[in-house]
Amino acid sequence: MSSRDRGRAWPRGLQAALRYVAMAVLALALFAVILLLAGKDPIQAYRDIFTSTLGSAYGLSEVFVTMTPLLLTALAVALPSRLGLINVGGEGQLYLGALFATWGALRFSALPAWLLLPLMIVLGMIGGALWALPAGYLRARGIVNETITTLLLNVVAPSIVAYFVFGFWHSPMDTNKTANFAAAARLPTLGGTRINLSLIFGVVLLALFWYVMARTRWGLEMRAIGGNPGAARRSGIPVARYLVGVMMAAGALAGLAGMAQVSGYYGVLLVNFSRGLGYMGFLVSWLAGGTPLGIVVTSFVVAVILTGGNLLQLTGDVPYAVINILLATTLFVVLARPSLPRRRKVA
Amino acid sequence: MAKVVKFDIPVRTARLLGFLTGAVGMGRWMKAGAGTQGGETLPRLSLPVLQVRELCKRFPGVLANDDISLDVFSGEVHALLGENGAGKSTLVKCLYGYYQRDAGEILVDGIAAPLQSPEEARRHRIGMVFQNLTLIPALTVVENVALFLPDLPVVPSLTEIAARLTMLGERYRLQVDPWAQVQDLSIGQQQKAELLKLLMAEARLLILDEPSRVLVPHEVEGLFQVLRHLADDGLAVILITHKLEEALRAADRITVLRQGRVAGRLTRAEASEDKLIHLMFETELSNLSVDRSRPAELAAAPVLELERVSTAARGTAVGLYDIDLAVHAGEIVGVAGVSGNGQRELADLILGDLMCAAGTKRLLGRDVTRSAIGAIRRARVGYIPEDPLTMAAIPFLSVLENMAITRTEHYARNGGWQMDWPAVQREAEAAIQSLGFAFSLTGQARSLSGGNLQRMVLVRELSHEPRLVVACYPTRGLDARSTVAAQKALLAARAQGAGVLLISEDLEELFLLSDRLVVLFAGRIAGAFRPAETSVMAIGRLMTGAGEAHVVP
Amino acid sequence: MTPLALLGVVSSAIFSGTSLLYATLGEIVGERSGVVNLGLEGVLLVSAAAGFAASAASGTPYLGILVAMIAGALMNLILGYLVVSRRANQLASGLALMFFGFGLSAWIGRDYVGAKITGLPRLTLPGLAGLPTLYGSLLRFDPLIYLVLPTAALVWWVLFRTRWGLSLRAVGEAPDTAFAAGRNPGRIRYRALLAGGLLAGLGAAHLSIAYAMNWTEYMTAGRGFIAIALVIFSKWHPLRAIVGALLFSGAVAFQLLLQSSGVQVSPFLLNTVPYLLTLGVLIIWGGRRRNAAPASLGRVYQGAE
Repeated sequence: MSSRDRGRAWPRGLQAALRYVAMAVLALALFAVILLLAGKDPIQAYRDIFTSTLGSAYGLSEVFVTMTPLLLTALAVALPSRLGLINVGGEGQLYLGALFATWGALRFSALPAWLLLPLMIVLGMIGGALWALPAGYLRARGIVNETITTLLLNVVAPSIVAYFVFGFWHSPMDTNKTANFAAAARLPTLGGTRINLSLIFGVVLLALFWYVMARTRWGLEMRAIGGNPGAARRSGIPVARYLVGVMMAAGALAGLAGMAQVSGYYGVLLVNFSRGLGYMGFLVSWLAGGTPLGIVVTSFVVAVILTGGNLLQLTGDVPYAVINILLATTLFVVLARPSLPRRRKVA
Repeated sequence: MAKVVKFDIPVRTARLLGFLTGAVGMGRWMKAGAGTQGGETLPRLSLPVLQVRELCKRFPGVLANDDISLDVFSGEVHALLGENGAGKSTLVKCLYGYYQRDAGEILVDGIAAPLQSPEEARRHRIGMVFQNLTLIPALTVVENVALFLPDLPVVPSLTEIAARLTMLGERYRLQVDPWAQVQDLSIGQQQKAELLKLLMAEARLLILDEPSRVLVPHEVEGLFQVLRHLADDGLAVILITHKLEEALRAADRITVLRQGRVAGRLTRAEASEDKLIHLMFETELSNLSVDRSRPAELAAAPVLELERVSTAARGTAVGLYDIDLAVHAGEIVGVAGVSGNGQRELADLILGDLMCAAGTKRLLGRDVTRSAIGAIRRARVGYIPEDPLTMAAIPFLSVLENMAITRTEHYARNGGWQMDWPAVQREAEAAIQSLGFAFSLTGQARSLSGGNLQRMVLVRELSHEPRLVVACYPTRGLDARSTVAAQKALLAARAQGAGVLLISEDLEELFLLSDRLVVLFAGRIAGAFRPAETSVMAIGRLMTGAGEAHVVP
Repeated sequence: MTPLALLGVVSSAIFSGTSLLYATLGEIVGERSGVVNLGLEGVLLVSAAAGFAASAASGTPYLGILVAMIAGALMNLILGYLVVSRRANQLASGLALMFFGFGLSAWIGRDYVGAKITGLPRLTLPGLAGLPTLYGSLLRFDPLIYLVLPTAALVWWVLFRTRWGLSLRAVGEAPDTAFAAGRNPGRIRYRALLAGGLLAGLGAAHLSIAYAMNWTEYMTAGRGFIAIALVIFSKWHPLRAIVGALLFSGAVAFQLLLQSSGVQVSPFLLNTVPYLLTLGVLIIWGGRRRNAAPASLGRVYQGAE
């Protein structure tokens, strides 16, 4: 591109940074308008969000708690996206992972933690992988698109969980959830906070993801498939095998997130415990462009928003769910791709 | 200071001058007769529907249409005959407004028509049936037609439209079930529906681009009858084809294009197979001296054997029938033919991307009929596809990474946890140099020019001493120097004992490089020769199906 | 299994399925033009909340219905803006809209949790007035239920018998061809989403105003995704959607029926049947290489749009 084409355009890095800032400002402004319409003070609201999350050690720890499952569910979307697969099934895979892990927790509650927890982890990953297998297989055979399959299975998964909880596992007091997990079935937490071990899993797996994609043979083959499946196929890369395998791996990751939620966060299996964690992971991965670092940053930002929303609820008599509006406006702004004013290119 | 005086020629004068020039030109053309092969054509008294005057169309690096002049009258079927690359499609796309011509004039009914867009062409009642039909598969024929009708009422009466369609269909033998969904119709019927759509829009000039490519033989006959009826009714029809049979059977007049120019014009009475072939193909071959010495071990065991191999036809593509082919180590087998006669299928089949429906495929004696592509690659088969950008390159990966993807196992270290990129770099650079090419290994593959991309694929597939090389149009799009380098590379592969299957449309190249030559037509091997024993004419005949009495199913 | 019990199941299915059917019809219109709305759940929530709030505030349900329809249309227009004008990824935009709907609906509805409204009148068809009270009580439906079948027929008629519907379907199949035929795909998609939003709003209105007659957060309980699955199951055809809606919403009621005949099936498992059925149907189609989906929608599902 000659400099003549760019006219008076600004340097690329500065453009990108300004674009992000502009989008952030726009999103905050949109939400501020909505707050104003409801008679709330946006400045105060933003200040509260900031202090409650980043202003205190506990607040910060809560942000990490919220961020933890997002890392894994986002990775469950980012990994297959490198091959061109769209995995919207994180929600369902999450539930199945939680289901399998719960079975382990209840069945083997007598085992010590150092045996039980790895078992639950493996079970969780198996559950998620199995739930993703049909989608991968059907896509590899060219029968059904994985987007549709995973969406349908998403709807099915909570029903299956409910079946088991109501039918077999529910606690005496409350049919909506199981009995509390034994202490051995709980993922250890960090200090006095609620951050559990799966945060480490998430970070490690993201790093592993980066390494595999960038440095290994399999990463090269996967990127080839994502870049041009036909050419990859003609080069001898076993595309079908990768499609199925990667979907299962993604399911395993989401399943791990599910296990972490019931074992680390809740300590019980609650029917409908996920309010869109899987979908949120999809959006985080999408916003982050599927990059590991982007996922870390984006899930942190999203977690700040979500955690801060708690405080809005407490002080502003605004329901917690309203924080979704801020999240959504941020997404809208990114999706709408506003561009900086630029001179018209010389044709 | 001298004053610059500008002369503004009034527009009307310019038009008048243009008209006079055109009239004079037309007169001259009519007097000069039709083409280089002698024979007077009787000048028609009526004005031609379409007149093309010295049309030129240039693409980067190639002059697709060079000074083409053409007349089409109503009531005639006019064939545009020529090989691939002769310029037929380009010419016709200029007529339909898809391309903007660089020079020359188009006159419709004697009046200059810029024809800068398909809408304009449609307004001049020109209709075109492409190789890719533009019907919407999930809608019915009636709905497709209704969509394109200019004054459709808010609640259209589909039954009325269907009735009109049926009437038109009967008139021109274009019977199609109007209520059928397009995707349920055979390709032949879809073509009919497409024609009906154009006729409903009252087209006067119909252009059909290689319509018989997608038809079975008895449908082809039906098509010719339809064209006859249309012409008898006063329409003008331009039929683009590379098959002599069709031109001779269906056309009233034939214009032969060769390498972008009009090579000749004949009426049906004057035309014969020989004359047409002579016009279509150049008969002199330039003498490029190339070292053709063969390794001592002649005709060793065959590297590739195809025994009675057939494939199922996919959609509009051709299926292969009963292919017997062998490629030995140290020889180049050239496959001649107009593209679309099974070349892509043959290459895909050998690679393992297309499964045999019948027959056996053997590589170095081992039966690989059911083997996966990976296994075939590991047996050291190189594959140069006809469209390297979409078929062989990963655009967003670096060139270096592209060089490694066919051989990931070879370059993997530590069980796959690492890739030996220095080795990839080393070997790639050596291979590039040995071929005399020069392109960067850093940077994404999509930033390479078309020619460099072709070179990249050549380097990748010809390095590491392959046993078999399948090359599809390997020199397409390359400049003269790189073409020679690529041809030398193929010969070098041959010299080190590889078997090479060279699929090409360039007869010169085929005659130059091949030890043996086969012709592919309509999915069959139409003949096998040594280049010394045959001639361009004979090959050309087989390529255009002239050797057969009828088009054999 | 008495006729009364059977009737009870049917009646329950009709009540529960009406909102689903409206939402499905709306989604069919949108998807036929080539736009899939994964945020339908959010659209339904916002419409339900807005409609309910309007009913409670004004005292008349009819205003609530109108407000719900408008809310649905506006929500869909947000999707339209993102997807058509800004060419954003349809899946991501839909999900963003869903979260937006979660939040906005919670906010709109916060003051109205537990409020009471006057719902719609329940009427019996004139011919059935003479039935014994037990039967009669099961056949008393509100006007929106009576309107849903004609609405489905209307949607069918518009899609398949009018010029507008033809253009819409052409855009959904092959936007480039439609453009060559002089249609404006962007404008048509906007209009399709508008119509779809109105229908979805109608469905949400039925849910909160006529059926449940209250508001709680997340009250749609996944109906949006159920509708998306139902669209696939009915092969994007409005009349088939009627059967599907009955089937999908009848599952739970059917379970009660089975129970009364001594067959013990968990309602949750029964709930999964419609979606597994849809998946099964898709697998069968896929094997036959025939895709009933609007052609340009496929590109969405493959991430090309």
